[in-house]
Amino acid sequence: MDLLASLGDGFAVALTFQNIGLALMGCFLGTIMGALPGLGPSNGVAILIPLAFTLGLGATPSLILLTSVYYGAMYGGRISSILLNIPGDEPAMMTCLDGYPMARNGRAGEALALSGVASFVGAFFATWGLVLLAPQLVKVALLFGPAEYFALFALAFMTLGGVSSTNQAKSAFAAALGLGLAMVGVDTQTGVPRFTFGEVHLYDGIDFLVAIVGLFALSEVFIFLEHRGTDKDASTAPKLAIGRIVPSWGVLKSCTPTMLRTTVLGFIAGVLPGAGASLGSFISYSMEKKLVDRNGTFGTGDPRGVAAPEAGNNAAAGGALVPMLALGVPGSGTTAVLLAVLLSLNITPGPLLFTQNPDVVWGLIAALFIGNVMLLAMNIPMVGLFVRVLMVPPRILMPVVAMVSFVGIYGISGSSFDLMVMIGFGVMGWVLRKLDVPLVPVILGTLLGNAMEVNMRRAVTIADGDYSVLFGSWLTLVLWAIAIVGFVLPIFVGGVVKARMRGAAQREAAQTD
Amino acid sequence: MTITIRRGLVAAALLGCAPGALMAQDFTPESPECIAPANPGGGWDFTCRQAGKTLQDLDLIPSTMQVVNLAGGGGGVAFAEVVNKRADDNDLVVAASSATATRLAQNAYPGNTMDQVRWLGSVGADYGVIAVSADSEVQDLPQLMEMIKSDPTSVSIGGGSAVGGWDHLKVLIAAQEAGIEEVRGVKYIAFDGGGEAVTQLLAGSLQAFTGDLSESTGFIESGDIRVLAVLAPERLEGEYSDIPTAKEQGIDAVGANWRGFYGPGEMSDAAYDYWVSALDQLYASDEWKAIMESNGLAPLDLQGEEFQAFVQESVSEITELSKEIGIIQ
Repeated sequence: MDLLASLGDGFAVALTFQNIGLALMGCFLGTIMGALPGLGPSNGVAILIPLAFTLGLGATPSLILLTSVYYGAMYGGRISSILLNIPGDEPAMMTCLDGYPMARNGRAGEALALSGVASFVGAFFATWGLVLLAPQLVKVALLFGPAEYFALFALAFMTLGGVSSTNQAKSAFAAALGLGLAMVGVDTQTGVPRFTFGEVHLYDGIDFLVAIVGLFALSEVFIFLEHRGTDKDASTAPKLAIGRIVPSWGVLKSCTPTMLRTTVLGFIAGVLPGAGASLGSFISYSMEKKLVDRNGTFGTGDPRGVAAPEAGNNAAAGGALVPMLALGVPGSGTTAVLLAVLLSLNITPGPLLFTQNPDVVWGLIAALFIGNVMLLAMNIPMVGLFVRVLMVPPRILMPVVAMVSFVGIYGISGSSFDLMVMIGFGVMGWVLRKLDVPLVPVILGTLLGNAMEVNMRRAVTIADGDYSVLFGSWLTLVLWAIAIVGFVLPIFVGGVVKARMRGAAQREAAQTD
Repeated sequence: MTITIRRGLVAAALLGCAPGALMAQDFTPESPECIAPANPGGGWDFTCRQAGKTLQDLDLIPSTMQVVNLAGGGGGVAFAEVVNKRADDNDLVVAASSATATRLAQNAYPGNTMDQVRWLGSVGADYGVIAVSADSEVQDLPQLMEMIKSDPTSVSIGGGSAVGGWDHLKVLIAAQEAGIEEVRGVKYIAFDGGGEAVTQLLAGSLQAFTGDLSESTGFIESGDIRVLAVLAPERLEGEYSDIPTAKEQGIDAVGANWRGFYGPGEMSDAAYDYWVSALDQLYASDEWKAIMESNGLAPLDLQGEEFQAFVQESVSEITELSKEIGIIQ
């Protein structure tokens, strides 16, 4: 009951007029930043740090503002994924896979509302997880040494099969391309620059955000330019229907088990430092696909394919706060920024934070609950507003997308070199789309490849070059077992599913004819 | 002693001035600007923002310090920009730290050297620590070094910087001083930040941790890790005064991660003097002392020529060490 009393105190701290105003402002700004391609949660938070300082806010109000932005951006990322097929930030990438097809099928409003609910469920239960389990969960993080991390990332790649394409070879090619891109930059384990061609801008590696905005947003602009004035011109295409803006009970009910399962998965992925929200949404989607996608509807606008990554990535956002608060180790890019803020406010996150600064911790947790409810309340009515984006003709929308991309990327790094890299990625994305190569595995490879490689080499170095360390603990064995089952099973079951899919496709074709 | 007295006098003279009165200067920046060579939220960003804000609060600069983030290449992008495009900008300062000196020493900023800019002054230092987990049987630094000496493969040391980075070099400096000749054999594992390395220390993957004091304070207070030595010239003041220095254990190693600023190479002498004196007064202020304390920064008070010499010395030290471990030829 101590917990509830502390939480009550937290609400007392958080529920002041100023703090609620800050939370409201943070949620609103966060949603917008999340939705704009190029601005993700970590940049959103970083950009607002100076604001928190200039306003002269104390520790708790600053944290409330910045975590509202954080949660808001996690909510907002899905909006452009669903409406434009352009992820607003890294974790929202998986939402494109089913969200955009749903919008194409005239269910944009439903997809947005459903993803809002899924985000709420994920974030809500993750915040409870933070309240109840933070101290115990730290022990889970301590179970993961370099070998276990390597097995976890390998698992992510082995379950990649079929996530975004029916052509496995193209998926594998895309992932390999991403892994290759992840190699660019100074190798931390030897201090040697790789594939940098003496170009100092490349020493830090390729920024994921630059890659995402280029691959998704700019390539979309290129495709538009290519088809302008031809039969395929999107501006003459029939207007997309908005559809209902509240999901039916039936859809919500069918998605509930999905949301709950992926909340757990996402939360655990968030708790592991270095895995983070992207892995959370990715594993949530691929596991859910393996589990419930019996008719092969994932990827064609299945509501569960929208609910899964959204619940997963918002749960991961909550989970990532566990190691940050309890260990002082950021579980994601955004929590790294929040950590820097805490330090500058003279609060040392770590094992003693919960006892030394209970007002900060519980005030923050209460603010998360408030922000979460606020975001749900803000997002559902705004669905009607968001979907109007679809009404904007592409000849106006596309230049705006291009402009936001350039301004967003330049605004973060202040470097024109990044803009060139972004254009390079845009061209690459255009070519890959022409060849029907899925883009998601490219980003996953870039995002997770480095961590995977580095952890393998850490493990092997610690074991003095003995590779058996990669299978050296029960946890690695469990992870490898899941990975192998996830990789092998579809090959055996695949035939059955494919036959069924073919049958379904034929039936569909027969109906439309 | 004389230095402290002199600084005291400067501070006293300052206090005598009416607040708001700028000292008579040949130069005043019109629009002071600070480049943070990293994304918002990092150490350099905070150096810029906090120093900028305090300078303005103390009326040492006439208007708000504009902070520009110019990330990339571990600071190399900003360095190249300053050298190539803004070499005569008098209003500009750039945040720097030991990492800057390390990369300059290892030629990690291609084509750039430390002589191309003017080093203005330091605003504090974060001393290095070498720690083990609380349940480790290692009790002091010589014991750890002895273990490495007898079997280098038995000790994995983790830190938050890349191989060849400052966290790695600190432990090698200590190893050299402890009489370990083949420092290349010391097993260093690079992590993304000190926090991750400490977590792996607690998880049992590592036997020792090398990092800055400020990134380990949470774990020191909770009793999860035991600091074998702080790499400071003498014991720290305040709550960490019970941590022994490496020096008093017979290993004469000092490793400070300093924070400071440099300016463009062709900055006018008047501007150079202006910034040096502004940083000197900043350092002497109570406001800055409070910021140093809350950020775990220890004293390192070097401005102007002294600072230039200090950076020069640390660059040549790091160059030598990097050659020995084969990071550079």
